[in-house]
Amino acid sequence: MSFESWQQFWDMGGYAAFVWSSYGIAAAVLMANVIVPVVAHRRLKRRIRNEEFDD
Amino acid sequence: MARSAFMRWFHRFGSLPYFYRVSAPLAWAFAFPGVLLVAYGIYNGLAVVPADYQQGDAFRIIYIHVPSAWLSLFGYTSMAVAGFVALVWRLKIAEIFIIAAAPVGASFTFLALVTGAIWGKPMWGTWWVWDARLTSELILLFLYLGVISLHNAIESPRAAARACALLAVVGVINVPIIHYSVEWWNTLHQGPTVTRFDQPAMQTDMLIPLLASALGFTFIFGWLTLWGMRVQLLWRERRSRWVKRMLTDEF
Repeated sequence: MSFESWQQFWDMGGYAAFVWSSYGIAAAVLMANVIVPVVAHRRLKRRIRNEEFDD
Repeated sequence: MARSAFMRWFHRFGSLPYFYRVSAPLAWAFAFPGVLLVAYGIYNGLAVVPADYQQGDAFRIIYIHVPSAWLSLFGYTSMAVAGFVALVWRLKIAEIFIIAAAPVGASFTFLALVTGAIWGKPMWGTWWVWDARLTSELILLFLYLGVISLHNAIESPRAAARACALLAVVGVINVPIIHYSVEWWNTLHQGPTVTRFDQPAMQTDMLIPLLASALGFTFIFGWLTLWGMRVQLLWRERRSRWVKRMLTDEF
């Protein structure tokens, strides 16, 4: 373990803002990549079942 | 013999109902090792490995930055291969791959640029410079966005897919330019750290979590792209009988 306390871990040797914003943005972008297709898939299946494309 | 078995698999995999059926468990088979490897790599990178002797703890951004950059290149290269297959054999599944991989690749390219800027500020004293590595990576993002907007702009799915395939194949010339930019030009960006023929310029205990993270994100790329392919496939086949039968049978 590289850090001796949680406080030290959060501080990231003074680079907290840089390290945590990098990881935060990455987590947000990846979550969006998981959620968007799942929601789109569900909505599309519902539209097909409701015969919205049967004109 | 071997070739005919391969071709049979090739055609079977190209069959859309078959692909739709197997892609769900296949996506989970990518998700599971992907999430585990990334968790291992990032936990070790963030908390276990020692701080860099020059960059302190800021170097820990590498565990997200390098995998993102790797996937920005891998993603576009895979789209170019699929583009070639789509142009030559007109395989629908290859067309679907291109458009499903594009937003995932664009996301990783965006992350490579943003985490690079955030890392550059404390280390170089600037968020951005117009040097060869950064500029060519930005062009890569525009290529991804170009594929996505081409797809959205052209009404006919076949014509859209051919245009996207062509852009994927032509644009791949940028990939080696990005990779070798740090050797061909004098850049602020550091030279290759991992992909060196002699020996990686990184201590093993710092390198292993990085490789785990990169491999894990590659699995995650596969997972997300497969899931996007399922949605694209369903959209393109929304009027076909097998889709309707399958969806009504699910109840």
